[in-house]
Amino acid sequence: MSRYVLPLIAVLVMIPILILGLQSDPSKLPSQYIGKPAPEFSLQTLQDPSRTLSSADLVGRVSLVNIWGTWCVGCRAEHGFLMTLAEQKKIPIYGINWRDNRQEALQWLEQYGDPYVASGFDQDGRVGIDWGAYGAPETFLINAEGRVVYRFPGPLNASVWEQQFAPLIAGMSQ
Amino acid sequence: MIKYALIGLSILLLTASALAIDTGEGFDDPVLQARYAKLIAEVRCVTCQNQSIKDSNAFIAADLRREIRRLISEGKTDAEVADFLVTRYGDFVLYRPRFSGKTLLLWIAPFLLFLIGGIAIFRVVRYRMNQPIDDDLIDGGRAQ
Repeated sequence: MSRYVLPLIAVLVMIPILILGLQSDPSKLPSQYIGKPAPEFSLQTLQDPSRTLSSADLVGRVSLVNIWGTWCVGCRAEHGFLMTLAEQKKIPIYGINWRDNRQEALQWLEQYGDPYVASGFDQDGRVGIDWGAYGAPETFLINAEGRVVYRFPGPLNASVWEQQFAPLIAGMSQ
Repeated sequence: MIKYALIGLSILLLTASALAIDTGEGFDDPVLQARYAKLIAEVRCVTCQNQSIKDSNAFIAADLRREIRRLISEGKTDAEVADFLVTRYGDFVLYRPRFSGKTLLLWIAPFLLFLIGGIAIFRVVRYRMNQPIDDDLIDGGRAQ
């Protein structure tokens, strides 16, 4: 009987490990910046090349940084929700317009509305890389110290917001 | 038939060069070019995870190739280029992750499993050596 004990233990240990492995989505990479200050950047704003959006603007209050582009289908999908969020005026949303064309990006904001306090124009995509972005959209939650609290890759919607962002934000304001 | 197959094959071979993925300019210095070629073959494309950025035509792969080209031309060492990538994308981005606290288990797991397997085999063999020999089996073998 005792000869079955070791294999049994081995199987019981492996099962949860394998279940965890099956449930984790390998296409969702963890951000390297969680708990760290947001990567340094300084970009011209989309609307006005003489103004800049930089990492210093992220310090002072809880905010969102949303990486987007007019070429990105998921960004179109989440745009309505970003507009709703912006209308609630609870949290400022900063945009990083990634690898885009200024004219097309401005036209997009004209047509679908502009949920952003400001959008930085990252034409060659270097700031996106500095943020560790591997696709768009990606949304980062930044705390008042300017540190990255959470990163969500993919289109935002009400249920993602309620389940993943809202509890974190509630925890921070306490 | 064979003639057409050969014609088809040679056309395919000719188009291969037109399908080159890395369209960025190369280095004039063959040493730098060799370092660049080696680096991009060892960096995982983060959106198309089973390709290196050398083999991928995803935009992020093209951007990362450009960044690596820039870093090399700025005189950065291979280790500094790897650092640049790992701070942004994590150890996962390197096909040969560096040995660190986080990747310790990844590196020692094969040896650990080999050791556990070895101990198991050793114990099973020693256990069987101590079993009395079954005469029936030997007789059965002779009878054939």
